[in-house]
Amino acid sequence: MSFFVMTKTILKSLFSKPATEAYPFKPRTYPKYSRGSIAINTADCIFCGICARKCPTQALKVSRDAKNWEIDRLRCIACGACITVCPKKCLSMKNTYSAALTIKQKETFSNA
Amino acid sequence: MTKRTIIPFGPQHPVLPEPIHLDLVLEDEKVIQAIPSIGFIHRGLEKLVEKKDFIEFVYVAERICGICSFIHGMTYCIAIEEIMKIEVPERAQYLRTLWSELSRIHSHLLWLGLTADAFGFESLFMHTWRLREKILDIIEETTGGRVIFGSAMVGGVRRDIDNNTLRAIARKLRDYEAEIKEVTDVFLNDNSVKHRLIGVGILSRDKAYELGAVGPTLRASGVVSDSRKLGYAAYGKIDFTPITHADGDSYARCLVRVKELFQSIDIIEQVVSKMPEGPIEVKVNGTPNGEFFARTEQPRGEVIYYAKADGSRFLQRLRVRTPTFANIPALLNIIPGCSLADVPVLVLTIDPCISCTER
Ligand code: SF4
Ligand code: SF4
Repeated sequence: MSFFVMTKTILKSLFSKPATEAYPFKPRTYPKYSRGSIAINTADCIFCGICARKCPTQALKVSRDAKNWEIDRLRCIACGACITVCPKKCLSMKNTYSAALTIKQKETFSNA
Repeated sequence: MTKRTIIPFGPQHPVLPEPIHLDLVLEDEKVIQAIPSIGFIHRGLEKLVEKKDFIEFVYVAERICGICSFIHGMTYCIAIEEIMKIEVPERAQYLRTLWSELSRIHSHLLWLGLTADAFGFESLFMHTWRLREKILDIIEETTGGRVIFGSAMVGGVRRDIDNNTLRAIARKLRDYEAEIKEVTDVFLNDNSVKHRLIGVGILSRDKAYELGAVGPTLRASGVVSDSRKLGYAAYGKIDFTPITHADGDSYARCLVRVKELFQSIDIIEQVVSKMPEGPIEVKVNGTPNGEFFARTEQPRGEVIYYAKADGSRFLQRLRVRTPTFANIPALLNIIPGCSLADVPVLVLTIDPCISCTER
């Protein structure tokens, strides 16, 4: 028969700091390699469209003529496949997430 | 004659983490039969294999389950690699083992928490999940995702962990071990917990074997069966003995999982100390042609991936037999005879993961 097995744990947590973070007063820090969101450096992009073809969720749309690179953040699963295939290495993964949206819309980057 | 009542249990129920539906036939407080129905969250992921390139499909395979995501991805990769006769580098094999064991730790901690919640021990639930969060932090630091690792790929793994970080992980886990022990001791020793688990839902050794149960559910009935012993990834070079228990009740299933937590920490230490240097991936050329059954051990039991390819970039057929699917017959066997209040605990003791059962 054993009772109060948890007493030690309870007392310890009574006198220690909260295990949770004080968000939003203290901003959440992400590890360096967190897969947050995709960023593009349009200056290097040649709008070849390889990333759009290899994206497993069809989140990207590239228009060579208009020099447009479009991403649907709601489709993107942050897998990083586009980064691996890009010949100019102009895509990168940010460790922060993209902002919440109130309407469904795509983000367009261009180099016109 | 006592009156029979049928009570629907699920798919939406406060204790159920996932939607399974059972029709419970009751005589007074006693359940005499449970009739299951599944299929509420079928997503058609197996069919999708005809539309996705075989290299890309690993993203889908990883998303079959939100808890053992990495092992799903890895098993798919093993099936393709075996068909294509790809030799995966040593270091990648060890990294796969490491991530599989981290998944096991976080999955078992999740299960312990949910079970504590099912028998109404809220603070114990909070404490196990506090510990699980620390494991998730390690996973996020090394793979970039908390539950979707995204690090399995055909031909190896997507990212490396440098040796200093590896040693730091092993050290951290040693530190957490004491904390985990403190919390799991409550599961194993506290009287009120034992009262809910001991002697409840006994699955005999023969029944467990006959009904094709897998994983901790099977091992808790005394059958030695652990697919890790097949030696996939680096398990062939790791020294461990499958954990079994003879009783077959809910307490035994809990005990097996608790012991596996510490075993996983031990396996990770071995992995870190034996980690070889070298590349983490090989280039994949050509397309698969042939078929293969890949079997690996998930936290819930053995998962089987059957892949059939015809030489094109799209597989012809993929079939996934998940551990929960194999454990449902065992669940239906242990429910009759128990009281209605024990049903939530019994459903949880097989560690149901319905989203991967229905794919
Ligand atoms: S693959 Fe790279 S260079 Fe080509 S369109 Fe995409 S981002 Fe631009
Ligand atoms: S990260 Fe993956 S899903 Fe997102 S845009 Fe790139 S390839 Fe597509």
